[in-house]
Amino acid sequence: MKARHKRFGFIVLGLAILAVAATLVLKALEGNLSYFFSPTEVTEGKAPADHVFRLGGMVEEGSVQRARGDLTVNFVVTDHHKTIKVAYSGILPDLFEEGQGVIAQGRLGPDGTFVAEEVLAKHDENYMPPEVAHAMKAGEQARMQGTLAEQKL
Amino acid sequence: MIPELGQITLALALALALVQGILPLWGAQRGVSSWIALARPLARLQTVALALAFALLTYSFLIHDFSVAYVAHNSNTRLPTQYLVSAVWGAHEGSLLLWALILSAWGSAVAYFSRSVPDVVVARVLGVLGLVGVGFLLFMILTSNPFDRLVPSPMEGRDLNPLLQDPGLVIHPPMLYMGYVGFAIPFAFAVAAMIGGQLDAAWARWSRPWTHAAWIFLTLGIALGSWWAYYELGWGGWWFWDPVENASFLPWLVGTALMHSLAVTEKRGAFKAWTVLLAIFAFSLSLLGTFLVRSGVLTSVHAFASDPGRGVFILMFLFAVVGSSLLLYAIRANEIKSSVRFEMLSRETFLLLNNAILLVATVAVLLGTLYPLIADALQLGKISVGRPYFDTVFMILTLPLVALVGIGSISRWKRDSGERLWKRLRLPALVALVLATAHSLLLVPFFNPLTLLGMALGLWVVASTLTALRDRMRPHNNLRHIPRGFWGMALGHLGLAVFVIGVTMVETYSVEKDIRLAPGETYAMGEYSFEFKGVDTVTGPNYTAFEGAVVARHGEREIAQLTPQKRTYLVQKMPMTEAAIDAGLFRDLYVALGEDLGDGAWSLRVYHKPFIRWIWLGTLIMALGGLIAATDRRYRALARRAAPTAGATGTARG
Repeated sequence: MKARHKRFGFIVLGLAILAVAATLVLKALEGNLSYFFSPTEVTEGKAPADHVFRLGGMVEEGSVQRARGDLTVNFVVTDHHKTIKVAYSGILPDLFEEGQGVIAQGRLGPDGTFVAEEVLAKHDENYMPPEVAHAMKAGEQARMQGTLAEQKL
Repeated sequence: MIPELGQITLALALALALVQGILPLWGAQRGVSSWIALARPLARLQTVALALAFALLTYSFLIHDFSVAYVAHNSNTRLPTQYLVSAVWGAHEGSLLLWALILSAWGSAVAYFSRSVPDVVVARVLGVLGLVGVGFLLFMILTSNPFDRLVPSPMEGRDLNPLLQDPGLVIHPPMLYMGYVGFAIPFAFAVAAMIGGQLDAAWARWSRPWTHAAWIFLTLGIALGSWWAYYELGWGGWWFWDPVENASFLPWLVGTALMHSLAVTEKRGAFKAWTVLLAIFAFSLSLLGTFLVRSGVLTSVHAFASDPGRGVFILMFLFAVVGSSLLLYAIRANEIKSSVRFEMLSRETFLLLNNAILLVATVAVLLGTLYPLIADALQLGKISVGRPYFDTVFMILTLPLVALVGIGSISRWKRDSGERLWKRLRLPALVALVLATAHSLLLVPFFNPLTLLGMALGLWVVASTLTALRDRMRPHNNLRHIPRGFWGMALGHLGLAVFVIGVTMVETYSVEKDIRLAPGETYAMGEYSFEFKGVDTVTGPNYTAFEGAVVARHGEREIAQLTPQKRTYLVQKMPMTEAAIDAGLFRDLYVALGEDLGDGAWSLRVYHKPFIRWIWLGTLIMALGGLIAATDRRYRALARRAAPTAGATGTARG
């Protein structure tokens, strides 16, 4: 085999591997993306009905309820504008607390309750996940606009 | 007074780094031997200055000087002494200081161990390291000075993040940083070689032991982090594809590729340009890791309170480093010629495949890590990439790599024949297949094709590596004929096999249950049972805790009294789960307390994790392999031989 042929072989082999890998990677990426939505956005129907997404905001004070007998827990996530009920079965993270930031990953149930597969809380008392901070700010703005509109009426 | 002294030592270190970054490089270009000779003493002085700064910060922690903001934010009078020391690198500012210290210590090590390398090369290497040091020190002094005062100074400190009050975390960051920063050395050697225009096999040989050393520390650092996450975070997982874990894993992947590619460059003089590029990538990814961790752009376990201003600085620094080195590469690349020929079937080809696979895997992990950032920047929404992406993609991409390990390590340089390889490898392949099948049918709870595949691959690596070792014992059947480099490779691959077997077993046969237990209730899990005795309150030095009592039994036999805790730290009021683990070579029993459900009942996590220790055992074996390879005689032998000619090649480009 001549050197030229050999190099050609290497290049073809390399490109073939790359093509296969790229297809695989992009397919897998597409299937595993999950978007973040605030309670307001979910209320507005922006969140997908049939796909996993993440819901973030604050755990509303006094909203956490544990079922007796099993590990089901219900709580409400708020951005101080709209609220979404969340149901979760399992052990909550250490830093999960009422009045604190939370991100839940799961799907929206038919009754509008968000069924979480995973609940994440922050890992430091000073730290707020950027998504949650963003959602809270948007919620605040929406609420301000709401009150302004009411005043005008 | 002490903090001001610290400020002065930092400024001094910056000045020294600046001089180290300019004079030796300039001297090397101009052939000014007195400037070249400055490199080594400057590197040592910089290390002394930074060690002093580090000692001063440690001292401030030990005497509870809460007038120093960093001390006040990260410690407390009740914090145990060992955590007072580890708190020095427990948060951003101090970890940067540790980083800078380690960078300069690596530099000093180069100055010390490379006495046989031509002075002009050492001057360039240390000069490049000096410039990198300038970047880090500027970053620290301008955005995150650990000695900044807090006015008025508080009476009591805010304490160290409870997650970090753990023996694993005392050594995890230093190990990881040794690895991260260690890749600055092959990077500096590569840049120095490009500046000097001498990209021969010599530079590959000089940078090989350093690459091994950095890789060893990074391997250990990552393994420690994984182990820590397993027992401290209370979820019982060993890898989460968290952005910050990925940040340490990316340089590891490229570093592994670099180790293999350096072997080809040193032994055969091939892949020269490629190896230089890998050296640049490995260090760039280390810097990218810093950016990801410290900028706060990512939601992560590790993203403690952070600051965008710092991110911008590191990003600029990253662009400067990558940009300038790639520019240099673009200028020099056409001068780098690898005129060595090799056949399609040869060790070179297998190492090329190794590199290709590792690089593709790196790109895949990088894509998954950065995609949310890119999407956010492009206003595509706030996206996260799920763990299944990484699991699936990484597994599919790297399985062929594991299969190739066996062939590659037995194949010959330059050219080999398929017939010979088949003859040598059919027995190991058969052994692996038979044993894996027997294991899958007889020894596991249920059949799973992935277990069969994973076990077959793991055993294949073991069997083929043993065959390669036996081949190497010839002609006299003497183990002493095998050089250390080969032992290192064999151990590295055996470690990989142990790791693969561990992952296969853990991922297929782990049982994880979240359950509700009242005192006196027993939960049965396969052959094991867990009796919950109830929860008591206990007091630690700086926390109070609920402590559960769980008796684990295997059949009727009691095997462990497990006492998982749920701690509340007094200062930060932060709850923390301390899992109780009964560890074993073939299985871990893992119990963690969840929440108080009233009436004495608690939610508990009860896990059975087969072979999980093999994951870390495998990485330890890999690191040991790296150590043995790094101490191969020929690096020292070459050093001695090269010594007399050092002057001759010294100022070639003067």
